[in-house]
Amino acid sequence: MELGAPLDRVEGWDKVAGRARYSGEQRVAGVCHAVAVQAEIAHGEVLAVDATAARAVPGVIDVLAYGDAPALADTSDFELAVLQSPRVAYRGQIVAAVVAETLEIARHAQRLVRVTYDELGHDVELTPDHPGLYRPEKISPDDPPDTGEGEETPAEVSVDVTYETPAFHNNPMEPHATLAVWEGDHLTLYDSTQGAAAQRDALAALLGMPAERVRVVAHHVGGGFGSKGVPPRPNSVLAALCARRVGRPVKLAVTRQQMFSITGYRTPTFQRMRIGASKDGRIADIEHHVIEQTSTAREFAEQSGVVTRMMYAARARRTTHRLARLDVPVNSWMRAPGECPGMYALESAMDELAEACGIDPVELRIRNEPERDPDSGNPFSSRRLVECLRLGAERFGWSSRPEPGTRREGRHLVGMGVAAATYPAAARPAQALARVADDGSFTVSIAAADIGTGARTALTQIAADALGVPVARVRVEIGDSALPYGPLAGGSMGNASWGWAVLRACEGLRDGIARYGGAEPGLECRADTSGEIKNQEAYARHSFGAQFAEVRVDVDSGEIRVPRMLGVFAAGRVMNARLARSQFVGGMVMGLGMALTEESRMDREFGDYLNHDLAQYHVPVNADVLGIDAIWLDDPDPHANPLGGKGIGEIGIVGAAAAIGNAVHNATGHRFRRLPISPPSVIPHLP
Amino acid sequence: MRPFAYRRPADARAAVEAALDAPRAMYLGGGTNLVDLMRLGVAEPDLLVDVAGLPYDTIRETGDGGLEIGGAVRNSDLAAHPAVRRDRPMLAQALLSAASGQIRNAATVAGNLLQRTRCAYFQDVSKPCNKRIPGSGCPAIEGDHYNLAILGHSAHCVATHPSDMAVALTAFGAAVHVEGPGGRREIGMPGLHRLPGDRPEVDTVLDPGDLITGLTVRPLPFAARSRYRKVRERASFAFALVSVAAALDVEDGTVRDCRVALGGVAHAPWRAERLEEALRGRPATEGSYAEAADAELDLAEPLRDNAYKIPLARKVIVRTLAELGG
Ligand SMILES: Cc1cc2nc3c(=O)[nH]c(=O)nc-3n(C[C@H](O)[C@H](O)[C@H](O)COP(=O)(O)OP(=O)(O)OC[C@H]3O[C@@H](n4cnc5c(N)ncnc54)[C@H](O)[C@@H]3O)c2cc1C
Ligand code: SF4
Repeated sequence: MELGAPLDRVEGWDKVAGRARYSGEQRVAGVCHAVAVQAEIAHGEVLAVDATAARAVPGVIDVLAYGDAPALADTSDFELAVLQSPRVAYRGQIVAAVVAETLEIARHAQRLVRVTYDELGHDVELTPDHPGLYRPEKISPDDPPDTGEGEETPAEVSVDVTYETPAFHNNPMEPHATLAVWEGDHLTLYDSTQGAAAQRDALAALLGMPAERVRVVAHHVGGGFGSKGVPPRPNSVLAALCARRVGRPVKLAVTRQQMFSITGYRTPTFQRMRIGASKDGRIADIEHHVIEQTSTAREFAEQSGVVTRMMYAARARRTTHRLARLDVPVNSWMRAPGECPGMYALESAMDELAEACGIDPVELRIRNEPERDPDSGNPFSSRRLVECLRLGAERFGWSSRPEPGTRREGRHLVGMGVAAATYPAAARPAQALARVADDGSFTVSIAAADIGTGARTALTQIAADALGVPVARVRVEIGDSALPYGPLAGGSMGNASWGWAVLRACEGLRDGIARYGGAEPGLECRADTSGEIKNQEAYARHSFGAQFAEVRVDVDSGEIRVPRMLGVFAAGRVMNARLARSQFVGGMVMGLGMALTEESRMDREFGDYLNHDLAQYHVPVNADVLGIDAIWLDDPDPHANPLGGKGIGEIGIVGAAAAIGNAVHNATGHRFRRLPISPPSVIPHLP
Repeated sequence: MRPFAYRRPADARAAVEAALDAPRAMYLGGGTNLVDLMRLGVAEPDLLVDVAGLPYDTIRETGDGGLEIGGAVRNSDLAAHPAVRRDRPMLAQALLSAASGQIRNAATVAGNLLQRTRCAYFQDVSKPCNKRIPGSGCPAIEGDHYNLAILGHSAHCVATHPSDMAVALTAFGAAVHVEGPGGRREIGMPGLHRLPGDRPEVDTVLDPGDLITGLTVRPLPFAARSRYRKVRERASFAFALVSVAAALDVEDGTVRDCRVALGGVAHAPWRAERLEEALRGRPATEGSYAEAADAELDLAEPLRDNAYKIPLARKVIVRTLAELGG
């Protein structure tokens, strides 16, 4: 099957038949189970850990706590310096661990561990005028927190509004799990991670070991959405420490509840948008001021304002990021960090501007299309936003969009909304090895990660295409740090990075075969893309898209349902239509949750996220997902990378919440500026 | 999970006797609530007496048009029964609006009635909660209560009862059959579930060892026109923000009789008796429905973040009655 074709997942049968082993399902002899004990204060110090009762439970092997846990070599990252200090930086932090013969015994004994604390007052609430707001040195991944270009000029039309988003938790289906096995001074971690090689390097540094003595295996990963990225999460470190201490393999599976404190989440935000424009909608000045939280345990500055630096052709652009350092769990990557919350604010403000100018929101965006990247001044490698908007508008029936608050069908108010989407397209250096196997088939190896995206399948197609052989003759090995180096699955860069190396290795092998005069078993070719990537030309590389949503708001209950969504994307070349569609649609579903149902609620008194399970944290269910469709332009981008792909994992969530919010405004005539938009906030604004 | 013993008695009497054997014995129905609470450390029984397989698992139509429902009947089976779907749509709708298909297939009628509150503090043993540990305090009053009670709560507890089915049964005035250490008795609904008062740790009027063996739903012909309306921000698999079970008997444009109960608003499924009284004999118009709803909701005492439930309940009551009133 050719590149782009909707090939089924190559490991699909293994998954449905239960043969595919996830980290927590790996079996080794002599395994025992660890369970983390978590802090019950949000700020302070552990005074003592009394494990007498826990140790007395038959089957308990050991209890680890600060003071007697094995030492780590590097304790510079407090979040990963597990059990290395008595300090408690947030509620839910790991303060001890129980290791036992069975999981049930470990969980029972965990409740018997008595921890006493010296409790200090805590500050867990982000407010827009928090007295501790500061400017971080940089924002993720490595950008200036503030930018300012151009002179402000008096505007004919202006919008000055603030949007508020709550904390969101990633909630991949597979909770984080680790099996740690020491053999002499070698450590193998079966770990649910988005990057085996990065995880190995980080763990080796923490443990003070050379990277060669650590191996991380992650054959199958049940979703991550950033929560299994780098730096590692403390549970992986804890598993390694427990296994070293008891001298046996240790399995540690994080519970769903624990995921709300130790595996990351998206910061809440307050985002002030100021836009000044002429009456015909041309933006003169645009400002995006972001307020977010970070944990005292580790700084993470989500780059929510970056989209306003490059999205529209404004003469003057100003962005700032300010953080409050709180006694809260460590926030980190969640699907499209930066772009996702940032585009919610920008694209909602664009809708408000369109209304203020009396211009159709699709047309408004077209009018502000820049010729070059306003931020870097570089040309775009390709930018087909306008086509996405036009095609989407036509397919969606945009021209039938009503005036705000005017369309009523029975007991429902009906409205439509649009938003643009964007996501950067980059690639990281990678290595791959392609070789002819003994039976004449081909094996391609790279420490890539398939976190449920279908990466293994797409790489198989890329390899088969480059080798000029059917996919059935190619086997791709991934998910193991012992394989040639591959960067982690993140930033929508996975496929571009790994695919590039796989392409080069397979091209090289094909040449080798031609030179040799046949596919001789043992022939191989190794590729490394770092040189090529370093020498890439200066382009602004981004994917673009347009999101359309129709909502129905129940006038009695304030319930909002989304009968239709359409995403149109220009995201480079698509390697597998089936996988791409599910990435786009999956992102849009996550955006639906962000708009209407998801919210991690901080408990002020105790300092943790209260609704810490899937019965209380409401991700959309099937009944919420009605007519969601995603289509894309045929868009190979030769300036992106030799494959022409730009990455599709994240753009689906970008703009989705804004499109829904804008549709709710169109339906009700009221502007809701805080997510999620749900009956409690909608009720007062119904007719 | 704390270690526990497990028994599977053959009949109701044996179950009651088995439960007397251990100080913290609990009955196990489908386990969809109890097992979760055991994992969370909220419930710590030393003995589970499995009653899901007891022989009271049938639905019988009585000669007069009533229903006898066994306590071990599964939620899905009750929702699918023709006499429920045809004559009591609000009960079928309430059942089907709850949880997920998988949970309804496992959950029993008795277990559904006795499921515990979903208050987040109650489910987190690292925090105080008067219902879990009497006298430890109620953090929900100052904390997170956007989905807790507006009616009948106390300074000790503001939790809500989460069952949908129980709301419809309360509208019907179902009778609960109990087999206890002291013999058999019947408890009418409302009346099974208590308001929290100063003893929120006690959900119901049942005594230790009491086993629910079944229910009687007496005939209510006008309930063939009845509805259950449940409001929640996601379309399925969520507990109610507010729900309404209503049956209406209208003749010549006048309300002859009606039954209304509310869910998501109180520690017990809430029979709207004042509303019913205010509506009987009144014209079947939106104006009367709204006045009647106000008569009930005037009792409401919202907390800081759940006042939205009052207009929400009002609108949904009015709409549900209007749809039934034709
Ligand atoms: C994610 C999720 C979502 C849900 N959503 C909803 C919803 O939207 N609406 C809703 O109404 N419900 C919902 N439920 C709750 C579900 O309806 C209950 O868990 C179920 O009805 C309980 O029945 P069970 O037989 O499993 O009870 P169990 O869990 O077995 O028992 C519950 C309680 O009843 C006691 N008990 C059981 N049988 C008897 C008996 N015969 N006599 C005396 N005591 C007994 C037990 O000791 C225990 O205290 C949800 C549950 C989950 C997990
Ligand atoms: S409302 Fe009731 S259940 Fe919730 S914390 Fe207060 S006492 Fe506990």
